[in-house]
Amino acid sequence: MENKEEIKLLKGNEAIAHAAIRYGVDGYFGYPITPQSEVLETLEALMPWETTGMVVLQAESEVAAINMVYGGASSGKAVMTSSSSPGVSLKQEGISYIAAGELPALIVNVMRGGPGLGTIQPSQADYFQAVKGGGHGDYHLIVLAPASVQEMADFVGLGFDLAFKYRTPAMILADGVIGQMMEKVVLPPARPRRTDEEIVALCPWAARGKFGRKQRNVSTTLELDPQAMEKNNIRLQETYRRIEAGEVRFEEYMTEDADYLIVAFGCMARICRKAIEDARACGLKVGLLRPITLWPFPTEAIKALSGQVRGILVAELNAGQMIDDVRLAVEGRTPVCHFGRTGGIVPNPQEVLNALCKDFNVEMEDAK
Amino acid sequence: MKHEIIIAGFGGQGVLSMGKILAYAGLLDGKEVTWMPAYGPEQRGGTANVTVILSDEQISSPVLDSYDVAVILNQQSLDKFESRVKPGGLLIYDPYGIHRKPERTDIRIAEVNATEAAIETGNTKTYNMLLLGALLKLVPMVPIEAVIRGLEKTLPERHHNLIPLNRDAIMRGEQLVK
Repeated sequence: MENKEEIKLLKGNEAIAHAAIRYGVDGYFGYPITPQSEVLETLEALMPWETTGMVVLQAESEVAAINMVYGGASSGKAVMTSSSSPGVSLKQEGISYIAAGELPALIVNVMRGGPGLGTIQPSQADYFQAVKGGGHGDYHLIVLAPASVQEMADFVGLGFDLAFKYRTPAMILADGVIGQMMEKVVLPPARPRRTDEEIVALCPWAARGKFGRKQRNVSTTLELDPQAMEKNNIRLQETYRRIEAGEVRFEEYMTEDADYLIVAFGCMARICRKAIEDARACGLKVGLLRPITLWPFPTEAIKALSGQVRGILVAELNAGQMIDDVRLAVEGRTPVCHFGRTGGIVPNPQEVLNALCKDFNVEMEDAK
Repeated sequence: MKHEIIIAGFGGQGVLSMGKILAYAGLLDGKEVTWMPAYGPEQRGGTANVTVILSDEQISSPVLDSYDVAVILNQQSLDKFESRVKPGGLLIYDPYGIHRKPERTDIRIAEVNATEAAIETGNTKTYNMLLLGALLKLVPMVPIEAVIRGLEKTLPERHHNLIPLNRDAIMRGEQLVK
């Protein structure tokens, strides 16, 4: 592996594996499931334990994998897991514990169609699970939604940086399209894993023994005294307010003069971008707002645009989830409609455009 | 310039790898590329298809409803994709196993008998490279040299001795175009 940027043609899943090694991740713990199995496969093919010393372990189950992450994170290591929808459901208890323990970790969900075992085809139906908690208790994950293979690679580093900055787990919420497609990707320069001394300096909370101190750190999420437990909750909420104030990320495309706005994330944002190109070619002024962080949500940006446009279409691979957050941002200022496909169906750009025209009763003179 | 391509046939015909080599060639030629497979439990014998986009500009949707070029290798794929070739576009098909030929009159249609040629050459594994040669003859979207370098990138080093064989298949494929 070279200590400089490298251009490759990779699947989104493969990009995650490459980026993890280059970031200097200490451990990956996973269990195979389509459509994300290439993360584990690629890591095993690249054998980073021979080069950086990174641990790559196929656990006996998703539950075991997330608890290995919990343990590694408690000791200040940069650790991660990845799975797809049914597997991520299994991890939820562990994720809640990691959030409660104020520990940094990265969880990747390459979503497939549900509910239940569902299908292996792409979906975005785990939006609620990712941004509204998923596990029990009042907590949030920082949720990053990549729309390209490049972002799959970039968000590994970003996810870990944010997770360590705020001591909270981060999630990459991708979908089967982004996981399975290949694109050009510029891999970041490789950097070494943190030394023990660096971990102690960066993570004074890490449970790593006494290190010459009188007391050792202990990682726990149990607090039977309600007064103390409420204090823990207040501290968590203060962290979430800081994240909301500082870490909202989104991308706007052709919104300056837009009469209609589409809000979409992940692969749907790419499909909608093409729909907007086609709409503009027919004289219909449509723009796109793509949330990059699904939590914290770009509420203010959507609120600002809601005064400008005649209507907003929320396009998702689900029956209507992110639309709730868009409606909360819009506060009734403009009509908000939904376009969604479920069960693993990925719509083409024309379907999105047809939905927009139908919902807002607009006609394109020479619509294709 | 933008080329939106669907390659569709049976699993095992080299559909996905043909798309991958084309995408790699595009990348090495300085283009933006996407390669989007219809992934699933299918392997040899099931249907397989891949959407490849090569563009001078940023690519928006990797999922398309219509294509500039369709490379069609079985009847099911012809039934599914013939109507989705853009007017003025190109449909390449292998007549082997096709019982209903393409009927569109507003697109270019090229019959490329790659199955027969692959059997003739005695190396059926180069089937997809014959088709790639035919495709690049009809639409020279990337230089052959980039394809060869793409092969070097996609093939493991232990198989690099097969590159001349693949190069020959691409050249032979060019000649299959009438």
